[in-house]
Parts: sequence; C-alpha cells; structure tokens
Amino acid sequence: MELKEKLVSSFLAFENKGNIDLDSTVHAIRLNAIHNFEKEGFPTKKDEDWKYTSLKPILKEDFSLFPNAEKSVGYKNIKDYLINDIDSYNLIFVDGQFNSFLSETTHEDCDICVLSSALARPKYKMVIDNYLNTISNKKNSLSELNTAFVKEGAFINIPKNMIVHKPIQIINFSTGSEKEVLLQPRNLVVVGENSHVQIIERHQNLSKNTTLTNSVTEIFVHKRAIVDYYKIQNDSNESSLIDSTFITQKQQSVATVNTLSFGGKITRNNLEFYHEGENITSNLNGISVLNDKQHVDNHTLVDHKSPNCESHELYKGIYADKSVGVFNGKVIVRQAAQKTNAFQQNNSILIDDGATINSKPQLEIFADDVKCSHGCTIGQLDESALFYMQSRGIPKKEAKALLLYAFANDVVEKIKIPQLKTLITKIIAKKLNVQLGFEL
Amino acid sequence: MLKVNNLHANINGKEILKGINLDIKAGEVHAIMGPNGSGKSTLASVIAGKEDFEVTEGSVVLNDEDLSELAPEVRAHKGIFLSFQYPVEIPGVTVTNFIKTAINETRKAQGMAELPAKEMLQLIREKADLLEIDRKFLSRSLNEGFSGGEKKRNEIFQMAMLEPQLAILDETDSGLDIDALKVVANGVNKIKSEKNAVLLITHYQRLLDYIVPDFVHVLYNGKIVKSGGKELAHELEEKGYDWLK
Repeated sequence: MELKEKLVSSFLAFENKGNIDLDSTVHAIRLNAIHNFEKEGFPTKKDEDWKYTSLKPILKEDFSLFPNAEKSVGYKNIKDYLINDIDSYNLIFVDGQFNSFLSETTHEDCDICVLSSALARPKYKMVIDNYLNTISNKKNSLSELNTAFVKEGAFINIPKNMIVHKPIQIINFSTGSEKEVLLQPRNLVVVGENSHVQIIERHQNLSKNTTLTNSVTEIFVHKRAIVDYYKIQNDSNESSLIDSTFITQKQQSVATVNTLSFGGKITRNNLEFYHEGENITSNLNGISVLNDKQHVDNHTLVDHKSPNCESHELYKGIYADKSVGVFNGKVIVRQAAQKTNAFQQNNSILIDDGATINSKPQLEIFADDVKCSHGCTIGQLDESALFYMQSRGIPKKEAKALLLYAFANDVVEKIKIPQLKTLITKIIAKKLNVQLGFEL
Repeated sequence: MLKVNNLHANINGKEILKGINLDIKAGEVHAIMGPNGSGKSTLASVIAGKEDFEVTEGSVVLNDEDLSELAPEVRAHKGIFLSFQYPVEIPGVTVTNFIKTAINETRKAQGMAELPAKEMLQLIREKADLLEIDRKFLSRSLNEGFSGGEKKRNEIFQMAMLEPQLAILDETDSGLDIDALKVVANGVNKIKSEKNAVLLITHYQRLLDYIVPDFVHVLYNGKIVKSGGKELAHELEEKGYDWLK
C-alpha cells in the first residue's frame, strides 16, 4: 500500500485508540486535516516549492506509523545528544512517546510539559482552542498530515512577565524499534507578554534503521516577548526530517530561529513568520555544513503585515562531496507595512565539484516606503587566502578549515547559549575534520 | 643559505622568470628592484611555493635542500617567510588566533610540542611591543578593516613571531606613509641578525634608506640585468631603469 493510503486508512483507528471526544476541537481539527491531506497528498517536484527536493526516495519505505516505544532507553544512550553542562528543562520523546523518566518538566508558574496531557486536561482547553492549529499553514499538506495525527510533542505555555532562566531542550529520539519509522511530533509554544524563553530542538536517530520525522511547531510570541529558538539538525544519514515551524508575533516582540544543519539524509525546513503588530523584529539565521549526499532545503517566509517592523535573515552554507543545499527565502511586505526593514542574505561555498546549491530570494513588496535588500553569493574557497595562510606554515587542510570557520562565524556568533555555541563549533570542526587549537 | 639557480617560471604558459640566479648568505640583506611587470612579485611567490606558477627549469635551494617539490607550508616550516604586498583579510579569525595556529603548526612540523598558552601570550606581547602594536589590535579579525600601515605592520609582527631564516618582503613599503614606513623598517632591523637574511622587493629607493641592503639586484623582463652594492639603488633613483634595458 502506498504511504498516503496507509495513513488515510489508519486515521480512524488512530482516533478510536485515543478515546476521542467527538465534540472536541481537536477531533474537528484532525478530521479537517486528514481530508485536506487526502485531497492534496504528498508534494512532488511539480510543486514550485518542492522543485529541488524530492520526497520520492523516502516515501517508498514501508513505514510503521505508530511504533512501539523502546522502554530500555536510559540516560547513557541519550546523554551525548543533550547539552549536559547547562541547567535546563528537558522534554525527551522516545519513538514518539514522552519519556518522563528522562525528562524534566514543570507546572510551577509556567507549563513546560507535553501536548498529550494538555489535550486531555480541561484546564488547558482554552489554550488549545485559542492556539492549536491556528497558524499552521493549511496549504502545506505535510503540516496537515501532522495535524491529522496531532497527539504528542512539547507544550510550552509561559504566562506574562516571566523570564524562563533555564533553556528548554526538546529531543525526539528514534531507537529503530522497527525497520522504518514515521514520527510526527507536534509542538505548541505560547509566550506571554514581556516573557522570555530559549528553546533547543533536536531529532536524533539512535539506530541504523530508517526514520522520517514530519514535525510541526507553532509559536505564539506576545507583546514585547522574546523567543530564541535553536534547531540542531545533525542526524544520521538514514534519517530525514520535514520541519514546519510557524511563528506569529505581536507588537515589539523579538523572535529568533537559528537553524543549524549538519546531517541527515533529507532535511526540509519550512519556516514562516507572521507579523501582527508594530515594531516587531524577526531574526532567521541558518548554517548548513554538509557532505556525502546530504540534502538540506530551507524555505523561509516573512510576512510583513504591519508598519515599522524588521526582519534579518542570514543563511550560510558549506557544501562538500555531492551534498545539496536549497535556499528559498520569501519576504512579503504588504501595503500597510510601511517603514519595513527587511534584509536577507544567503552565502554559500561549494567545496567540491559535485556539490550543489539552489538559491532563490523572493521579495514581494507592495509598500513604497521600505528598506529591503537581498544578497546571494555562491563561491569557492579563496585560493589567495589559502596561499597566504600556507605561507605562514598553516597546512592546506587546516587553512581551508580556518577559512570555512571564518565564513560560518557570523552565524555561530549569534548563538547566545555559550554551551550550545561550543557544541556547534565542535560539530563544525568534526564535519571539517580538523582540530583547531582555539575556539572562535 | 638560499640559492636560486637558473630559475624559470611560467603562469598560464607565459614565461615570467627567465633564468634567475641569486645567492643569499646568512646575515645579508638583498634588495630586488625593477619596473612594473619585471617579475619581482613572481619571484617572491615562486620562492614561497605558490602553486599557480610552474617552475620549468632551475631550482630554489635552502640550506642545501631543494624546495621545488615542497608545499608552501613546508617551506614556511623550513624557514621561508613571505610578507605580502596585499595581505588577505580573514574575518572571524583574530590576529592572536591566527598567529597561534601558525606557530603551533610550525612547531608540530618541527617535532616540537605546542607552545604553552602562557609563553605564547608572553611572546605575542613582547613582539607586539617591539612593533609598537596596540594590544587591542591583536583581538581584531585578521586584516579586516586594517589600514595599509596596519596590514604591513601586522605582516612584520607575524615575521617577528615566526622568526624565519629568510624573510621576503614584497613591496612592504607600498601604501605606507613615512612614519609607518619607519616603524616597519625599524621592526625589520630589530629582527635582523647574523643568522637570518632578508630579501626586499621594492620599486623605490626610499625603503632602502631605512633597511640598508648589502646587495641590490635589478630585475628586468624576468632576468637580473645588474647587481651591485647599495649605491646601485641611488643610481636607479637618479637615472630610472631605462639605461639598463
């Protein structure tokens, strides 16, 4: 059976298993979403937004849709993927199910817990009704697929005037309990007025079996709130990820998403920002360091609807071997969005002849008093810079790495959690296969 | 120390060096002068091992070892230093980190342990003081946004740190005002000893007022057409190059 049919036909069984209340909002949302997915199906290369990324090779697998969670996973199995030297809240999911033993949640002052419990408790009904699936893009059939099976993921609900001092780590592990596994985590993040939260999200396959993750995150950033979101994508070559993240911002809020991609078979990031208020700042930073046949596709959208807002977008990529990068950055400045400052930059270095980058800036500007710019460079390593360093005794391999470090540095510099910055620097060094005697 | 024997070099099939001979001994300062396009910078690059150039004939020998097949970094490890006419900007890498890497890679190649951080810092401070370099300068990104004078001073600072046997200074005087030139020349004079040698490449006599050469060679059309003592530089300043063609 094709994956699509398999998914559609398992929908009823999925809902029955959850003893669903047929009057609930969630049921209505799911039902609508499965219809949309059934109608649209998976995107193909004929869709303009999927021109450079084909899901065909992944979708042919015989995925287990509701894998059994491996019970024996312990701290020793996962510790390498956690940032250990910081005090943090941890939301750990194993094969799609929450693992309370490995996690550290809270309900004191704010809720840092899981969606399944929020969906089940009347206490959270209002939050769910107000936010769940309100900004997920209905035209995105993969998000609809996720919505149809919405059940588990992170639920982060921060009231107003609260600085969450500890970062939140959300990690989804796949143990390979079955040969091919489909995971569909769903995260809901609501950050109240004047509040501040830092979130690190990661997907990690612990086995050599195939994993496809179709993840959706909705983030609501209220007045003057600050959200720093980090996505670490350094999974095995058997793992693919489709990540769709939707962010709505109210006035004077600042939201930053850093997408740090180093691994995985196919990674697709749909990142969409919607403005609802003035003086909003949106920051989109990305770094990709890829080799082998890794494929990372970043599709971003910033929708400027109101005046006096700004967006800053900086994506950098280093592509070796036969790796492929895609960047499609869309910025819409609507007529009402006067005095918008929108900046976009995509710089790529191709190290090997077999590597590819497809870069497409897309600016649609309907307001007349705006400052918008975009820049796109695709280059190779600067030979004269290499010779300069070699002439000082730095071997070619290290010289190359130093140049690539320097290239990536302005994105790495934007990471505000020092331990995370150290981790990312180490991952980059490992990817470039060098040991430098210092940290940038 | 350095012997250049009948050196011929091409770039993209075009012959630039057409049989250069040089013999530089420890403790000596040699100057190579010549008009634009005579092959001065090519000679510097070929000695340092730039791979864009193809050596078709002849050899470059340092302390009886033929360098011809060696990579630029290996030549550096053996004691060759090239100060660039246009030093490259490397954003994100500080002057300190860059020189640390260069020193430790060189030590590694020579079978020595890395220099302990404290000693490194001490050495950096000592050499920075020698060249009147502000400490703040050391934590800036390498050459990024540096003025012409700062770039050249930074080159000489690296030379002081690496203590090469043979330092080749390619147009180190270009783009410098007289005060910057004095500081740079002063630095070179302080580093110069009986054990090392300097090869100056310049258009003008003015640098040679501050770093006094033992020998002056005139390069024209890929060949050394005249060699002499420091007085030759004065003669060139007066008469130009035409009388030598």
